[in-house]
Amino acid sequence: MSKQYETVIGLEVHVELATKTKIFCSCSTQFGGAPNTHTCPVCTGMPGSLPVLNKQVVEYALAVGLATNCQINQHCKFDRKNYFYPDNPQNYQISQLYLPICHDGYVEIETENGKKKVGIHEIHMEEDAGKLVHDEWEDCSLVDYNRSGVPLIEIVSEPDMRSADEVIAYLEKLRMTIQYLGASDCKLQEGSMRADVNLSVREVGAETFGTRTEMKNLNSFKAIARAIEGERERQIDLLESGEKVIQETRRWDDNKGVSKAMRSKEDAQDYRYFPDPDLVPVEISDEWMERVRAAQPEMREEKMARYQQEFGLPLYDSQILTGSKHLADIFEETVAICGKPKEVSNWLMVEGMRLLKDQDMDTDDMSFSPENLAKLIGLVEKNVINRTVAKTVFEEIFKSDVDPEQYVEEKGLKVVNDAGALRSTIEEIIAANPQSVQDFKNGKEKAAGFLVGQTMRAMKGKADPGMVNQLVRELLMQA
Amino acid sequence: MANIISDETIEYVGILAKLELSKEEKEAAKKDMGRMLDYIDKLNELDTSGVEPMSHVFPVHNVFREDVVVNGDDRENMLANAPEQKDGAFVVPKTVE
Amino acid sequence: MSILELTAVELGKKIKAGEVTAVEAAKAALAQIRAAEDQVNAFVTIDEEGALKRAEEVQKQIEAGTLRGPLAGVPVAIKDNMCTKGMLTTCSSKILYNFVPTYTAEAVLNLEKAGAVILGKTNMDEFAMGSTTETSAYGETRNPWNLDHVPGGSSGGSCAAVAANECFYALGSDTGGSIRQPSSFCGVTGIKPTYGTVSRYGLIAYGSSLDQIGPVAKDVTDCAAILEAIASYDPKDSTSIRRDDTDFTSALVDDVKGLRIGIPRDYFGDGLNPEVKASILTAVEVLKSKGAIVEEFDLSLVEYAIPAYYVIASAEASSNLSRFDGVKYGYRAEHYDGLHSMYKRSRSEGFGPEVKRRIMLGSFVLSSGYYDAYYLKALRTKALIKQAFDKAFASYDLIVAPASPTTAPRLGESLCDPIQMYLGDIYTISVNLAGLPGLTVPCGTDAKGLPIGMQLIGDCFQEKKLIRAGFSFEQSRKYQGPPLAKQWEASLK
Repeated sequence: MSKQYETVIGLEVHVELATKTKIFCSCSTQFGGAPNTHTCPVCTGMPGSLPVLNKQVVEYALAVGLATNCQINQHCKFDRKNYFYPDNPQNYQISQLYLPICHDGYVEIETENGKKKVGIHEIHMEEDAGKLVHDEWEDCSLVDYNRSGVPLIEIVSEPDMRSADEVIAYLEKLRMTIQYLGASDCKLQEGSMRADVNLSVREVGAETFGTRTEMKNLNSFKAIARAIEGERERQIDLLESGEKVIQETRRWDDNKGVSKAMRSKEDAQDYRYFPDPDLVPVEISDEWMERVRAAQPEMREEKMARYQQEFGLPLYDSQILTGSKHLADIFEETVAICGKPKEVSNWLMVEGMRLLKDQDMDTDDMSFSPENLAKLIGLVEKNVINRTVAKTVFEEIFKSDVDPEQYVEEKGLKVVNDAGALRSTIEEIIAANPQSVQDFKNGKEKAAGFLVGQTMRAMKGKADPGMVNQLVRELLMQA
Repeated sequence: MANIISDETIEYVGILAKLELSKEEKEAAKKDMGRMLDYIDKLNELDTSGVEPMSHVFPVHNVFREDVVVNGDDRENMLANAPEQKDGAFVVPKTVE
Repeated sequence: MSILELTAVELGKKIKAGEVTAVEAAKAALAQIRAAEDQVNAFVTIDEEGALKRAEEVQKQIEAGTLRGPLAGVPVAIKDNMCTKGMLTTCSSKILYNFVPTYTAEAVLNLEKAGAVILGKTNMDEFAMGSTTETSAYGETRNPWNLDHVPGGSSGGSCAAVAANECFYALGSDTGGSIRQPSSFCGVTGIKPTYGTVSRYGLIAYGSSLDQIGPVAKDVTDCAAILEAIASYDPKDSTSIRRDDTDFTSALVDDVKGLRIGIPRDYFGDGLNPEVKASILTAVEVLKSKGAIVEEFDLSLVEYAIPAYYVIASAEASSNLSRFDGVKYGYRAEHYDGLHSMYKRSRSEGFGPEVKRRIMLGSFVLSSGYYDAYYLKALRTKALIKQAFDKAFASYDLIVAPASPTTAPRLGESLCDPIQMYLGDIYTISVNLAGLPGLTVPCGTDAKGLPIGMQLIGDCFQEKKLIRAGFSFEQSRKYQGPPLAKQWEASLK
């Protein structure tokens, strides 16, 4: 390949908002549920039904727009996007084309090549489609409208990204921001965050963009990275062999690592947008905007700075802890109870991360209560249990959110501080290991260590190691 | 007739509107649509520059619903009129090849 | 006087007084339906059993004193584009030939709360697209004044049923004149309320920004009482308007002194049948003699209303009717090959020619490259038309207009030339574009004995002025039904 090519990427990111009800009706948005059990005349497109906008959708969209430095269209409207497909019960989707709620924003991303701003062209509110399941046995598809009408925002970036790294950094940034706002859980695998990649290539130094394609069906960051690489190569191959890139929508098959054009002569791609006469405009007053702005939570950067300053945590700890809003919440709530930031951080960062990795879990899946972690820290501090025992208790908390105080009591894991009982155990062990006693007397320090270990084992780990050490030496001297 | 509707246009509108017209219907549709558009072109006599398009007659805005789940499982009713159903879902011809 | 000749409010009073029972009233109406339907075909669905059962229940509630409204126990017919739980609702289209809604339109629910007894669903132009009730998939409705003539449309079934004494009142819907024009053709009274006054929830949409449900009855008193019952703020309809002046019956006052009435010269020029013109101007004289101040003026923009309307209504319809696709309800073609073929066949076989015509036109005017030239242009025209009315209402309390350029045409005359048919809506369409209320009252007959109606147009939310003027006018001209209505009744004895 003689020419040098640059990849130009823009993203259309759909995010399902964390509302309790759908965008235009009072049906639950809860995931799962038997087919069509979360439906009503509105979200199944029954004749005569009418949409009424869920206010919380506007609140969330506004919050995301403000957090991504967008301008707000204080007068915005909904439009109908007309196309026939069975997952779309009305055969039009209610969306926003002419006056989307937010426009002209940006987020700052950081990659190996440094910091960079990625422009946001617009953010609009719209309704999700239902689900189609292809019947295994018969030549038909089954339509489930449970997801039909779940609120989405679509975040359309400018074509500002040049590599998969930048795309991932941008998505991570959006995800973090939206999670911090509580506007969505942004799970790619579950589809609550979905990204379509618009990609074109051009010779380095070229002024104009090449013809772009739109890639759909990208369910993970890895798939996105692979699809970008695959599409870049496909387009360069076409150009190198003197062919043209056709503007089209393509579907990525991550298993095969190839994409396929999604064209059909029945897809005119002419959506005949027009303002939905069933909905009235949304007017966002300055006061409303200010209220949402004032209610914005502390975002990641601010949190990181505060963790270092207020809690004296190292940069590394604060990065990890704020890497997920959920983790940061657990951290802060636990600290609020027990007041030991470094201790809390250690538990989460060392044991917590280890267990997540072992069990192949996501940070957001941590589900224990901060009270129990705080109690555990208290037990260690008051020397009720030792650190070794504490680790096993933490595992139990992590797994099933047990109350550590109760658990320690039930399982009899308390440190034995009864000097009498300990003394008699050590005496037995010394009596049973004359060779070790002799070795110690001959100056072998390790022999004492062996006897301490034996004692700890006999005490099932519940003894205070400092106390055992001291007593073993005392008794060895007397032996 | 100022507006001549081509076969392609009628074909295209048929795809958009999901209507399949017979040859005779197509010819009639071409003629009808041409005449209607001629008639609609009368609007061009009117100077509307500087006039805001009016979607709604009244300046009503911000009609909202609170985010509270009210609807329960109403599947039976939603499926009651389905031409074909299976396992609680609407059945359509296969949507992918 | 027989039961059937009573107005709805008169019947309501007699039921309350114990002189007639709701069951007797329902039976009388059902008998008349049996006698007249072969010739009129005003109904798509008649629910004899349901009506009688409901009449019994209502009668008990009236006797128990839990139902006290003026319409309690009075039988009603509902236009077939309003959803009625458990009762077939077809929009007079094959595509909804078997659709039984599982919910009821808000306006109908309001009537049920007022103690209405629903007799059945009335015929209409398919999806309310038409001005003659000839585009119905279930046969045309005939005008009870002369069976060779159309009843008008699209609420032709509702208006014919009232005129034929097959019911005591009916609900219609009006997108471009569909209550006012057939009321005029059938010699009954109808109101198209201010947009947003009656909830559209459960009304199967044609042109959402124009559609309004309204009453059809024998006189203004009935219409005021019915409108009072069906008007409500509905949180399920985002375009529903909160009003605290829906006590419409309070406007039933015989007094038009000082009422300023504007006569638009542009509505009374060429194209208006001279008999219709003369009849309306005579009616205006009645109002004048009662103290109204009458003045001619230029409304302007009249010729632009129809093209603007057909762009807006067709565009909205093309989208509103896309949900009829053979997936969730209604007709699905028997033979097809794959998804898109199923869509196309079901829709092509399910919709009639007029509906297809408007869907095609609507799809075209919204399609890429034409949106600004057609759709936005029409919305701008609509704004100008609204301004013209605003200006007129700065000087006048109401505007008097014909409801149609002619009396009811003969069957089969209108459909052969769609544009000619569309032109017939010239006096009614601007009212919908501007969201205004309009009332039609019968004011005479032509030489052939076909009724002529006078349309009164008010500013937004000024239904009471219409009701007051209409009520005052009809004091000089009591309701007279078509001779055939009596014949049908007599044929039963």
